[in-house]
Amino acid sequence: MRMHYGFPIMAGLVIFIGLLCAPFALGTAVTKEYKQPEVKLPAGEKECVESTQFMRENHMQLLNEWRDYALRDGKRTYVNHQGKEFTISLQRTCMKCHNSKADFCDKCHNDAGVTPYCWDCHIQPEGLK
Amino acid sequence: MKNNRRTFIKLAAVAAAGLAVAPKAAVASSGGHSPAKVNAKAEHAKQWAMVVDTTKLHSAEEINKLAEICHKTHNVPHIEGKKEVKWLWHDTYAHTFPEQENPHLAEEVHHRDYMLLCNHCENPSCVRVCPTKATFKRADGIVAMDYHRCIGCRYCMAACPYGSRSFNWGEPRHGLDLSKLNPEFPTRMRGVVEKCNFCVERLAEGKDPACVEASEGALAFGDLYDPESPVRKVLRERFTIRRKPSVGTEPCVYYII
Ligand code: SF4
Ligand code: SF4
Repeated sequence: MRMHYGFPIMAGLVIFIGLLCAPFALGTAVTKEYKQPEVKLPAGEKECVESTQFMRENHMQLLNEWRDYALRDGKRTYVNHQGKEFTISLQRTCMKCHNSKADFCDKCHNDAGVTPYCWDCHIQPEGLK
Repeated sequence: MKNNRRTFIKLAAVAAAGLAVAPKAAVASSGGHSPAKVNAKAEHAKQWAMVVDTTKLHSAEEINKLAEICHKTHNVPHIEGKKEVKWLWHDTYAHTFPEQENPHLAEEVHHRDYMLLCNHCENPSCVRVCPTKATFKRADGIVAMDYHRCIGCRYCMAACPYGSRSFNWGEPRHGLDLSKLNPEFPTRMRGVVEKCNFCVERLAEGKDPACVEASEGALAFGDLYDPESPVRKVLRERFTIRRKPSVGTEPCVYYII
């Protein structure tokens, strides 16, 4: 059977598949090593509310729970896994140590391509401009 | 190159299988008990209430001064006109007590300005109509707003008989002096309703509401169900009225006339 427009179709397919594979062929998508963003850690403080590992993995969940504890349950003191107490507040606890949103929060969020809407209301330590 | 792609696909398969069987990551609330508790210094009540002594506090300037303190504390934007946002404001007798008007009211009482704020009603109609429970009644009687949950439907505004709620039609930060913000309190965003919160954040630290602290005794604050509270003491001794008693919301702001 003769194919109508056989050549343009095949050519189009080749170009399409070529483009699809380009990142792999050029070796950028798979082989390029991901470099962890360099966040600026607080100068004076060594320990966060929970361990670094815990915060890295669960800070979003922790903040989500903090929001409900403080606002809905009226509980504003957090007892961590070591039994230490902290005031539940993004602006008055977290951001007092992490005193730069740009050098801490944004670093990872930009790399991960997430834009949490915390900052639509909460005021970053840099202040609003 | 080929090798790389192979290992990548293999690894992806292993990771996917791992995700399917991995135990749920331990989260903060694991262990069955809540790791959060009430502040040690917090003030407690069954139902917070306020008494406004209108014999002492009745001029627009004095009330504006308190409004300014309240609005500064909570980063309430200043917007003129129909889209204004307010937590504490004032109005005339006729607008404040439309049901308690009479044609020959003492002139002095008629000409006073009356301080207005959310009444933190015992039976709040605003809470009943909110479809997302963004506005809710706390155990201590404060009618609170969870701005994270508000979808801006404004049912609560329609339901409040006192006009105590404001809607942010535009970006509220445009109505704020960004150099004079209170960095300890958030702002709000466009499309949410806001109102007085009886200073929950101050009560949690054992402080009186900001307006009460600044009122030089013209405002009393306390637990409506504690016979020894400052509020009950005043209610026992003075004649007071409330706004629109017939609508049945049981407002908790009382006015000494
Ligand atoms: S005054 Fe209005 S907004 Fe405040 S609790 Fe009562 S009904 Fe709700
Ligand atoms: S109680 Fe607090 S939030 Fe409410 S009007 Fe007074 S100062 Fe403002």
